Amino acid sequence: MFEKVWEAHEVVPETAETPAVLYIDLHLTHEVTSPQAFAELESRGLKLRRTDLTLATLDHSTPTRTEQVFGGVPISIDSAAKQVAQLERNAKAFDMELLGLQHELRGIVHIIGPELGVTQPGKTIVCGDSHTSTHGAFGALAFGIGTTEVGHVFATQCVLQRKPKTFAIDVINRLPTGVTAKDLILAIIGQVGVSGGTGHVLEYRGAAITALSMEERMTICNMSIEAGARSGMIAPDQTTYDYLRDKPRAPKGDAWLAAVERWSTLPTDAGAAFSKSVEIDAAALEPMVTYGTNPGMVAPVSGSVPMRSGDPVFDKALAYMGLRAGEPIADVPVNVVFVGSCTNGRLSDLRQAAKVLKGHKVAKGVHMLIVPGSQQVKKAAEAEGLHRIFIDAGADWRESGCSMCLGMNGDTVPKGQYSVSTSNRNFEGRQGIGARTLLASPETAAASAIRGRVTDPRQLLS
Amino acid sequence: MQPIKTISSCTVVMPATNIDTDQIIPGRFLTTTTKQGLGEQLFADWRYDSSGKPIPDFILNTAAAKGCRVLVAGRNFGCGSSREHAPWALLDYGFQAVISTEIADIFRNNSLKNGLLPIVIDAEPHSWLLANPGAKVTIDLESNTLCLPNGKHVTFNIEAFARYCLLNGVDELGFLLQQDAAITAYEARTLRT
Repeated sequence: MFEKVWEAHEVVPETAETPAVLYIDLHLTHEVTSPQAFAELESRGLKLRRTDLTLATLDHSTPTRTEQVFGGVPISIDSAAKQVAQLERNAKAFDMELLGLQHELRGIVHIIGPELGVTQPGKTIVCGDSHTSTHGAFGALAFGIGTTEVGHVFATQCVLQRKPKTFAIDVINRLPTGVTAKDLILAIIGQVGVSGGTGHVLEYRGAAITALSMEERMTICNMSIEAGARSGMIAPDQTTYDYLRDKPRAPKGDAWLAAVERWSTLPTDAGAAFSKSVEIDAAALEPMVTYGTNPGMVAPVSGSVPMRSGDPVFDKALAYMGLRAGEPIADVPVNVVFVGSCTNGRLSDLRQAAKVLKGHKVAKGVHMLIVPGSQQVKKAAEAEGLHRIFIDAGADWRESGCSMCLGMNGDTVPKGQYSVSTSNRNFEGRQGIGARTLLASPETAAASAIRGRVTDPRQLLS
Repeated sequence: MQPIKTISSCTVVMPATNIDTDQIIPGRFLTTTTKQGLGEQLFADWRYDSSGKPIPDFILNTAAAKGCRVLVAGRNFGCGSSREHAPWALLDYGFQAVISTEIADIFRNNSLKNGLLPIVIDAEPHSWLLANPGAKVTIDLESNTLCLPNGKHVTFNIEAFARYCLLNGVDELGFLLQQDAAITAYEARTLRT
C-alpha cells in the first residue's frame, strides 16, 4: 500500500544523488510551525503554490476558556496571542483558507482533516506536526515535517524525501471488552520500542485492526511517531468509505464512485514483502498505563512498575515520576485527569469517558479537564448531552484545542502532580514543568478520575 | 547557508537515551514567531531551577562545556515532536553537530536543513566518546569521517543530497524551485490543477 501511494506521487524519482521529489495532495498548517516558513516566502518574494490544497487552523497555543475564544477577553498569554494574530495576517497575505479562532469548523488539525473529509485514502498529507501520522488511518501517506519543509510545500507543493522502509504490525485476534485502541497502540509501542519504527512506515493490519472504527484507527496511527515511525497506515475498506461518504468535502456523485474504485486498489497485495514485521495478540491485552517518561515505558493496569537494575536512565525516569520499581500501577494517586488531544479527542472518546463517568463524581481533589478535539466534536457531544454528564460529575468542559497535551496555551499540570492523560506523550515536563504524566485510554482516565487513583475501567463498567 | 566542511571542537556528553524534543526546547517556548534567541531556552528544564537560576551540575552550566560545539548524546536523540525549534535552539546556543548511535527521523531532517550535523556512528566509538567527555574531535564532512583524539577514524553516513547542500552552501528550496517544469507536468498528468 505504501509503495502504491509513494509511486503515484513521485514527480521525480530518487537517485543515488538526490531524494525523490514527492507531490503533496494536502498540506495542513497551524500557528506554531508556520510563521518562520511564511517569513521565508516573504523574503524570497514567493507565493503559496496551491492555496486549494492548503488548509490552516489554530489549535496549539489557543485558549480553551470560552470567554477567551468567544467572549472578547484577551488571550492570557501574550506571545500566544501574537502567534494567533500572525497566522491570521499570513492567511490574508497568502490567500490561504484559515479556520480561525471563532470558526465553527476549527479544531485540532488532525481531527478536522478527517471530519471535513479532506483526509482521503491514497493522498499524501503533510503538516508541521509529528502526529500527522493520524491520517494514515485512511490509507493516506501522512507524515510530520519541520518548518523548513513547510516552506518547501508552500512554495512548490513538494517535499524532498528518501523512500522509507516498511514495517508490518500484524495484530491477530480481537481486543477483549473494555480494552481499547489506545491500549493496543501503547502495547505495540511497548513491544516495538520508542525507536523501533525509525526509518519505517508502519502498516497495521490483521483481524483486530479491521474490526476497529475509523476513530479507533486514527488513535492507532496517531501514535506511530511514538514508535519512531513518521507514518502509520491502515488499508481503506468499507469502514473507511462509510465514514467518509457524507463528509462535507468528500467527493460526491460520480466522483465518489470513481474515488471508491481507485481507493479499493490501494490495499497491500497478498505476499508483498515488508522490511520488518511483528505480531501482536490483541486477545492477550488489558488496559495499559505508562509509568515512565516515554510512551514505551508502559505496563498493564493490573501490573507493577518493572524492576530494571543498573539502568541509570530508567532510574532517572522513575525518580522523576516519584515511583518505585515493583509498585502496583493501580496504587498511583491521581491529581489531574485530561481527556482530549489528537489521540483521544474525538466524539467516540468522549462517549466512552461519559459512559464511565455517568452517575459518578470526580474524586475530591482531582481536577478533570475534558477538551473536545474540535468545535464540531463539541457541538455533537453537547447535542447528545455528554457535557451534562461531565459537568454533573464535576469535570471542566472547554472549547477545543491541543490544550493540556503539551501545555502551550497555559493549560498545565502543576509541578509534581500525577496526571492520567489520554494524550500521546509522557515526556518530562510535557504537560507542565515537573508534571508526571501517565498515558491511558479515555475509559481508564475517567475511572481514575472517579477513584482518585489509577483504576481499571472494567471494574466500573461491569 | 554557509558551506560546512569541517568542525573541530571539544565534546559535551549527555549520555541519556531518548532525549526528546520537549527536553531540547520545552513546548511553552514555541509561541515565538522567529528562529532567533532559542539558545537561552535550550534544555531549559534541566538547565535552570524554578527561579530561573542555572543548576550548577547540569553539564551546560559547567566550565568544561564552555565553547564546545559538538554534542554527544545517548541513543535515539531528538525523538518526539517535529518542532524545528529543537535544531534552532541547539544552533543558537552554539552547537554545530550532534553525535549518537541513533537520531530520530524528523529531527535529523530538520537539522540537515539548518546546518546542524546529525552524525550517527556505531556503538563502539560512541561508548568511547561517552566515556571521554570533552574529547577534541574533528568532523570532516568531505570525507565523512569523525577523527577521535586516540587517532581512530570513524566513518559516518549523511544522505548524499543533504551532504552536497551542506558542503556547498546550497539551499534545498532553490533546488525544488528549479523542478517547476516537472511539478507543473505532474499536476497536468494527474489532473491536480
